[in-house]
Amino acid sequence: MSAVDLSRWEPVIGLEIHVQLLTRTKMFCGCALSFGDAPNSHTCPVCLAHPGVLPVLNREAVRLAIVTGLALGCEIAPHSQFHRKNYFYPDLSKAYQISQYDEPICVGGHVSVLTPDGEFEVGITRAHLEEDAAKLVHVGGGGRRAGAESSGVDFNRGGTPLLEIVSEPDIRTSAQAGAFLRQLRSTLRRLGVSDCNMDEGSMRADANVSVRPAGSTELGTKTELKNMNSFRFLERGVDAEIARQVAILEAGGAVTQETLHYDPDLNEIHSLRSKEEAHDYRYFPEPDLVPVVPDRSWIEELRAGLPELPVDLRRRWVRDLGISFEDAEVLSEPRELVAYFEDVAGRVDAKAAANWVRGELRAQLRELGQEPWESRVTPAHLAELIGLIDDRTLSVPLAKEVLAEVIASGAAPAAVVEEKGLGQISDEGALVEIVERLLAENPDQAAQLREGKDKLVGFFVGQAMKASGGRADPARVGALVREKSGLS
Amino acid sequence: MSAPHELTAEQCLAALRSGDTTATDLVEAALARVEDDRWGSFLAHDADRARERAREIDAMPERPPLGGVPIAIKDALSTRDLPTTSGSKILEGFRPVYTATCVDRLERAGAIVIGKTNMDEFAMGSSTENSAYQVTRNPWDAERVPGGSSGGSAAAVAAFQAPWALGSDTGGSIRQPAALCGIVGMKPTYGAVSRYGLIAFASSLDQVGPFARTVRDSALLLSHIVGRDEMDSTSLDWAEPIRLPEATDLRGVRVGVVEELMGEGIEPGVRAAVEVAFDRVRDMGATIERVSLPTSGYGIATYYLLAPAECSANLARFDGIRYGAHLDDVAGDLLEHYEQVRGRGFGPEVKRRIMLGTFALASGYYDAYYVRAQKVRTLIRRDFEAAFAKVDYLMSPTSPTTAFPLGERVSDPYSMYLSDVCTIPVSLAGIPAISIPCGLSEGLPVGLQIAGPAFSENGLFDVAYALEQALAFDPSPPGVA
Repeated sequence: MSAVDLSRWEPVIGLEIHVQLLTRTKMFCGCALSFGDAPNSHTCPVCLAHPGVLPVLNREAVRLAIVTGLALGCEIAPHSQFHRKNYFYPDLSKAYQISQYDEPICVGGHVSVLTPDGEFEVGITRAHLEEDAAKLVHVGGGGRRAGAESSGVDFNRGGTPLLEIVSEPDIRTSAQAGAFLRQLRSTLRRLGVSDCNMDEGSMRADANVSVRPAGSTELGTKTELKNMNSFRFLERGVDAEIARQVAILEAGGAVTQETLHYDPDLNEIHSLRSKEEAHDYRYFPEPDLVPVVPDRSWIEELRAGLPELPVDLRRRWVRDLGISFEDAEVLSEPRELVAYFEDVAGRVDAKAAANWVRGELRAQLRELGQEPWESRVTPAHLAELIGLIDDRTLSVPLAKEVLAEVIASGAAPAAVVEEKGLGQISDEGALVEIVERLLAENPDQAAQLREGKDKLVGFFVGQAMKASGGRADPARVGALVREKSGLS
Repeated sequence: MSAPHELTAEQCLAALRSGDTTATDLVEAALARVEDDRWGSFLAHDADRARERAREIDAMPERPPLGGVPIAIKDALSTRDLPTTSGSKILEGFRPVYTATCVDRLERAGAIVIGKTNMDEFAMGSSTENSAYQVTRNPWDAERVPGGSSGGSAAAVAAFQAPWALGSDTGGSIRQPAALCGIVGMKPTYGAVSRYGLIAFASSLDQVGPFARTVRDSALLLSHIVGRDEMDSTSLDWAEPIRLPEATDLRGVRVGVVEELMGEGIEPGVRAAVEVAFDRVRDMGATIERVSLPTSGYGIATYYLLAPAECSANLARFDGIRYGAHLDDVAGDLLEHYEQVRGRGFGPEVKRRIMLGTFALASGYYDAYYVRAQKVRTLIRRDFEAAFAKVDYLMSPTSPTTAFPLGERVSDPYSMYLSDVCTIPVSLAGIPAISIPCGLSEGLPVGLQIAGPAFSENGLFDVAYALEQALAFDPSPPGVA
């Protein structure tokens, strides 16, 4: 793919994100939400659209939509409405999807997206509630619809509550698109709105992409890139589509408004349907549901109960704690990790706390399949361990050993040091003894050192660490080696 | 005492209480007439189940409030394990897995479902001739229609096959057949009765209601089915219980006669009969004035945009995949499957309305048809509000004609649609109305429609009851009982 000359062309990108809401039951019936259960084991007359059934709106889905809207700076509509979106397909039991259309529950918000290079703003056009379709399972023909011998419908997913969040076309690069989506994901997770697993389909993103000559304020013809199911595919898909459009425009052609599918295996873009083929969904207000008119007091209660959002947390940590954006991003979810880190950082230097939590602690625990907050290492333990490094009781390698012991036994780090005799040798006499012995045992190296071959200091420090079982303070040993060789 | 099948529901309950009859006797009497169904009222029944239920109720130490009274149910209502087709081939052989809320409430109160009644397919029609299964005959004249769409329920009650029945009314489907069969039919306020389990025709208009031979039975039946249902978001809390009417006069009641529904298009015999009723109303102390509903003339046009629009979506679920008529002989692709299942499963009137509604919702036409019809609906509602600022109740004929001959209007949809000219405006306004028999015209019953503001059911029953006593109409069709 040829690189796009961004001094000549400006991409304009907006995202439409569907997330599955973390409700206990479906949008319009009492069936439990599930993933991976036996097909059609979570169905009832309502979600199977038996004759005579009626939808009843899930209040928890409304709550999650409102909470999301508030977190994204949206207005919560005092009156919103569901519509029927009509089309025939076996995955849609009623042959219409109940969805909000021109009266969505959340309108007109915006978010600041934090990146290592600073912040940018993205407007939120709207967020609306709708229900998911069922899942088609194609048998034979490689599991694809074309060529399948038969197709089954699993209605477990049918009627799952979805929130569709639509951004303004404020995004300019695929990296920004990725950053926006990542921040949105951690926000929604923090709010408990969705688990946002792209590989399970609980978060799906479509991108509206157009390009225009740099400096122009008019929008070019856009295309819609459907269902990119990972961050990497989103960024690569958007890049591929930008390149495709620029190539068309540079060749003097015109972009066609159409819906596209990105094939990550081939890094290619295929047309799904053009504007002319677009369905007429014959939307009309859903007469089986009353309008959604949330109490103002309920909305204010939800607003007051909003947690500190990841973006605010990260901004605060970078500013007040001096940790890096990358550390802040990693440590800001899930909320148990936030609490854990903040506890450690409240006791010792925050950068060291970030390093240890994000680095060695998680690395050691990963092998055991544990998370920090569920391990035997309390924040107090970790802070104590960092303190033992600071006061030179422990070297970093020793501290890692002590940590392993704390993980295994749950004992306090100082107790482990004491019990195992792992503390650094603070007795100057003992260190002098070791250094003098090593100089005597390695006369060639000692001679070269005395002649000024400075890098042999490292050799003796290494030998001293070995001889002391890692308990020598390397800095102190180095100083002693120099002193005894007359270098200092 | 009358024969068991001739008893009203109230009389049944009295006889049950006094020990003069049993649920089993009542069920046997009803079953005998259901099985000798000369009128074609019933599409299905389950005699064993009804008998079993009657035995259970007779064995109960304390009889439930409706314990042992048989009831006929329109086939548009879902009844667990009992065939439910809504009069359509596309649901042939379908046995639901759940029971409609209103039927469930009646069964819990001890009523015994005696059978499922014939109807115009998916409640679309005014003569029951659009049933995919059979013709239903008017008990007053076997060569005439019983009205529709709830013609089977109306005929069953008129022919003493059941003391009462449930129907559904979208544009007049309870009131018009009640009028044509000489019985009492009531369409409650929209939202009074749960629609859960009522196979939808037009969701914003559909409402379940009672058929009975007396106003008090009608009130008693409604009293057991009104009220909020968790399964229907549009159902309403019903603060004031429905009580049995006892009014004997109409002093202080202001009645409006709808000007637009007394002129052209109303058969002279019908007009004469309702005018006799107006005289009785005056005699009983009410005042009568003429009232205008200026936009009601647009009722039919409005209705035939909105109801088909909603039905085009409501009936889209019938695709033969999950239930109902399944076709194994379709060779082509998915589209071919849909076309074959729906092409073979739906009758001509249903197809006509689906196409009409699809067109009314199509991009480019939506504003001109659907949106405009909604605006007119609002105007019609306001007409009624303005009228109810002046009078307490509105009266008019229920149907412009008496029962018409079988086959007369089947090939002329518009003349069929005109059957509901008096009932449709009330449906669009969502308000309650009752039709009571007010006399005969050339030997055929004439219905009087009384409409009131939303939630005025108790008042409506009072007026209807007082008038029923004054008119003393005999609901026995000649030669039927």
